[in-house]
Amino acid sequence: MEKLLEVKNLEVSFQTYGGEVQAVRGVSFHLNKGETLAIVGESGSGKSVTSQTIMRLIPTPPGRIKNGQIIFNGEDLVKKTDKEMEAIRGKDIGMIFQDPMTSLNPTMKVGHQIMEVLTKHLKMDKSAAKERAIELLRLVGIPMPEKRVNQYPHEFSGGMRQRAMIAVALASNPKLLIADEPTTALDVTIQAQILELMKDLQKKTGTSIIFITHDLGVVANVADRVAVMYAGKIVEMGTVDEIFYDPRHPYTWGLLASMPSLDSDDKSELAAIPGSPPDLTNPPKGDGFAPRNPYAMKIDFELEPPMFKISDTHYAATWLLHPDAPKVEPPEAVKKRLRKLSSNYPQPIIVKESE
Amino acid sequence: MLRYISRRLLYMLVSLFLIVTATFFLMRAVPGGPFSGEKKLPPEIEKNLNEYYGLDRPWYNQYFDYLVSVAKWDFGPSFKYKGQTVNDLINEGFPVSFFLGMEALLLAVSIGILLGIIAALNHNKWPDYGAMVFAVLGISVPSFIMASALQYFLAIKLELFPVARWESLQHTVLPALALAATPMAFIARLTRSSMLEVLSNDYIRTAKAKGLSKGQITVKHAIRNALLPVVTYLGPLSAGVLTGSFVIEKIFGIPGLGSQFVLSISNRDYTTIMGVTVFYSILLLAAVLLVDIAYGFIDPRIKLAGGKKGE
Repeated sequence: MEKLLEVKNLEVSFQTYGGEVQAVRGVSFHLNKGETLAIVGESGSGKSVTSQTIMRLIPTPPGRIKNGQIIFNGEDLVKKTDKEMEAIRGKDIGMIFQDPMTSLNPTMKVGHQIMEVLTKHLKMDKSAAKERAIELLRLVGIPMPEKRVNQYPHEFSGGMRQRAMIAVALASNPKLLIADEPTTALDVTIQAQILELMKDLQKKTGTSIIFITHDLGVVANVADRVAVMYAGKIVEMGTVDEIFYDPRHPYTWGLLASMPSLDSDDKSELAAIPGSPPDLTNPPKGDGFAPRNPYAMKIDFELEPPMFKISDTHYAATWLLHPDAPKVEPPEAVKKRLRKLSSNYPQPIIVKESE
Repeated sequence: MLRYISRRLLYMLVSLFLIVTATFFLMRAVPGGPFSGEKKLPPEIEKNLNEYYGLDRPWYNQYFDYLVSVAKWDFGPSFKYKGQTVNDLINEGFPVSFFLGMEALLLAVSIGILLGIIAALNHNKWPDYGAMVFAVLGISVPSFIMASALQYFLAIKLELFPVARWESLQHTVLPALALAATPMAFIARLTRSSMLEVLSNDYIRTAKAKGLSKGQITVKHAIRNALLPVVTYLGPLSAGVLTGSFVIEKIFGIPGLGSQFVLSISNRDYTTIMGVTVFYSILLLAAVLLVDIAYGFIDPRIKLAGGKKGE
């Protein structure tokens, strides 16, 4: 499969009064054409910073890309000038944000906000752009688009605004769509509609999607592959099946165990991961998750675990996969899910950090 | 919209009535009268004058007569300037003050907004500091010092403009600058803080994610949203500036309405005080109404009450 995007060893820091916050600490992943990659993790894990860095939307200063490459369509976005990025943003990469209530300009007609992309990147004239804007609104499922195109955002409901945002993001048929928690601010029924819409549009347009969320239920619904982030690093990455049915990292176990499932009865309590993420101004020496990890071994506090490869597509960074590590049992809630996957290697293989 | 405006006009009439009433009685409560000067007038003459101007009649008669004549846009004769009515004074002074005020207003708004935007776009860099030093100077330096400094440097030293008097367009430049300095500085600060707030909004990030350039984002997305507080300030400001400034008019020897107003009070020129106050109030109320209507155009979320949906 052809790679559309490859992020290599990305490091992003923010200079603050309290010191340098290392928000992203060496993240590597790739995205194939037409694929959906979900990045999951709790608040502050660096998932949003990673996505905004791909768009080069982080404010610099205080933000800074310290290291790494973002190869998009064969070109390194880290090296692009601001002017060159303007030609890529909105054209080749579209982005949807978390809060549709504040992401649209309140004093500009919705249609006009879509038309801006069309006139800027596709050099359409006004009337053609308006036609296309109406078409796009219809495409994202907004009724009476001819009327809606002339309305202001405050005349739209939350779900409709997010649909309009999707229309903005997809206006110039981008190769990549980054959705930064697009359903978090919406209620559940609207969430489901928006997810359906995104899947449907992906089928029609063939865009690749990076889907950022902290909701594993959403992940199972939309993603092909999943990257789990913790404290600025990817701790586990694999296909949806691999992450849900054969998770290897204790953090992923924690996430899955804290997710309610249909067959859990009212007696079983939802597990929570104790503690809070580490302070990224002073990242811990060993594994960032070690202090919260009931399976932590001595080495976890001393040395960062290397990335282990469990199958062609499944990676996890935990010492538990080392041949010398003791055998441990995942939590009950996770054990119920486990399935034997035939694609796994007989033994996890250590891969280099920079892979 | 029409219903809204007509309702607002009705409210304006009510406020105007209250203003006229309050001024009328406050004025009478001040000790002294129009004819009590340092040189005592002979009692017969004072009696005749009081009779001529109707000051000997009971207060309620005076009050109701005044209400009726104000409703007819007749502010009565001036007590101080023989043979001139207050309407004459306003008709003479107001165009001068209005012209000067408009000039100052245009200067203040255009330069103030520009400075504010430049400062906001270069937040915490030298253009920001420069503009804000300028603004603090404009706010803290009193207008009479500003006026004298302008006269000294631009008129006397550099001989760019005439020092004083009201003759040609050239003569208007210095007083307009002096009058504009404070509001300009205020607008600059207002625009800056409101721009900074707007620039941190999510929809600016959306605009950036669309690939718009910094200039396009500023012009199309930021300015309009940042202008609301400035427009709010513009209402009372324009009424204040358009009716003239006593200090500036005195320093530059301009025959405007501002000096008329202040002089009339020390003269106890009852009719002039009343007339100018009523005139000023009408301007202020009209300016506030205009600002409220302008809101609706700038921010579509503000629906003018009375103009309900579908009406």
